[in-house]
Amino acid sequence: MSGLTPLVPAPFAHQGGGVTRLMVLVMVALTPATGYGLYLFGWPAIFLFLVTVLSAVVFEALSLVVGGRRVGPFLGDGSAVLTGWILALTLPPWAPWWIGVVGAFIAVVIGKQVFGGLGQNLFNPAMVARVALLISFPLEMTRWMQPLPIGTPGAPGILDGLAITFGGGSGIDLDALSGASALGHVKTELDRGLALPDILPSVASWEALGLGQVPGSLGETSAALLLIGGLFLLATRVIRWQIPVAMLGSLALAATLTHLIDPARYPDAVFHLLGGSAMLGAFFIATDYVTSPVTARGQLIFGAGCGVLVFVIRTWAGYPEGVAFAVLLMNAMVPLIDRWVRPRVFGRTATGKPLSYPSSKEPSDG
Amino acid sequence: MSQVGFGEITREGLWTNNVVFAQLLALCPLLAVTGTATNGLGMGLASTAVLITSGLVVSLLRGAIATDVRIPAFILIIATLVTLVDMAMNAWLHELYKVLGLFIPLIVTNCAILGRAEAFASRHDPLRSAYDGLMMGVGFTLVLVLLGAVREIIGAGTLFADAALLLGPGMAFLETVLIPDYKGFLLFVLPPGAFIVLGFLMAGKRLIDFRIERRAEARRAAAADAMEV
Repeated sequence: MSGLTPLVPAPFAHQGGGVTRLMVLVMVALTPATGYGLYLFGWPAIFLFLVTVLSAVVFEALSLVVGGRRVGPFLGDGSAVLTGWILALTLPPWAPWWIGVVGAFIAVVIGKQVFGGLGQNLFNPAMVARVALLISFPLEMTRWMQPLPIGTPGAPGILDGLAITFGGGSGIDLDALSGASALGHVKTELDRGLALPDILPSVASWEALGLGQVPGSLGETSAALLLIGGLFLLATRVIRWQIPVAMLGSLALAATLTHLIDPARYPDAVFHLLGGSAMLGAFFIATDYVTSPVTARGQLIFGAGCGVLVFVIRTWAGYPEGVAFAVLLMNAMVPLIDRWVRPRVFGRTATGKPLSYPSSKEPSDG
Repeated sequence: MSQVGFGEITREGLWTNNVVFAQLLALCPLLAVTGTATNGLGMGLASTAVLITSGLVVSLLRGAIATDVRIPAFILIIATLVTLVDMAMNAWLHELYKVLGLFIPLIVTNCAILGRAEAFASRHDPLRSAYDGLMMGVGFTLVLVLLGAVREIIGAGTLFADAALLLGPGMAFLETVLIPDYKGFLLFVLPPGAFIVLGFLMAGKRLIDFRIERRAEARRAAAADAMEV
């Protein structure tokens, strides 16, 4: 969405498409990372993904019926599917089905529809749901699984997958297959007083972090595939570069500075960029049109704020990952940012005074 | 001034001018103590006691208080009554007092009570003022209990937990576990849950009002048609 609409006179040409086109493009961009995540974490992840997306659509339809709005056009814009999709990507892949249903309810009904539907909400719906779930169900929301790609020995089949997602994992020892996420592991070990050089060898290699072959949320682990999706969004001009660049840049900058000061306590920028959901957050979550500033400068401030907050929360707060909290906190700042960096009004200076034209001399003869 | 009917006062207090749903007052204690239905009931009863007595006292003294200093005078009366309730609860409902204790003194700052003193008790006779206090208090209590019950059911899977503390061991049968083995939904125990539930309850109240309004309109239209025929 272009914040600084060029001031040109009519006629205007319509670009075609609309909300549906944008949503479909975002889904296309998410497909590689999602597909890989579903492959890595197997059938339970596939069931959880389907349950979350489906319940998001059902809750959207119910809200529209209750609100007396037309169901067809609003449901057809794809925003509910995308909200459910992004929420599913941030969930632990083997979470039980009700996590997806409750999350979809919080995202669609409390996060979006009570504000008046698409375009009216203050906070990113998927992140509202993610944070509400994390605070309410800490156990289920932090059970990360070792990747067990479909077909490998020990990976759950369809029936086992059904049992894990819908049956509470009865008969399957989930804890034996779980592992700490990279961020969580480093945080725990640092809290135990170990120094980083002693911890990092036990964390997955950079290649594994970049490709996503590590315990983590369903679709956040593969930084490389998310980056490809993000670049696709930039190339198709669905998003602009300001938010992702500012967010990843400020996160990397803060990490690098602290790493230089004390390499034994602060992981470097690569770890921060690849280790958690920074890529997913920067390209797909913080860039939500509804909950980010409209001007380019505002988006730079917003993105930088997100990046710094992610670093602060990861480093000094109680939770190992902070993307959801950071995005929500900056969402709350968006109205202020938009007031602060208002674009220049046509015919006025940046401070709001009328532009001074050269004093209108008498037109010369001719 | 024409006398307000008791039916009117009842309707106002319980529904049309409800402390929470219509006036949006008293949200501080509402959000703070409605983690369980029992706490809501205790807070509601304490507030009701203060509302009734403050209505009565303010109404009795309404001729004696100069208009210019009425607000400090009302606050003084309310603070005295709250202190009495506070001490009484500490003496006779000590277990509940330990749970709600922090919020009882805050009843002084409950805008609903000062609001009723100013808007009603200072202009009406003692009987009507006390009755208005009772109805406003009952309306407030109903909302507190409803909100507490919803939050308790969603948040912890129980209803009226610890009711024996408030109502005596005889009422222990009220304590029910609705969902056994429920691990809890922490968000609804925390204050954000109160905001969310309150929002949905208010939307529900408006929906009911809207339905009533539409039915009344339909009836009027039907009556008008009948007249024309």
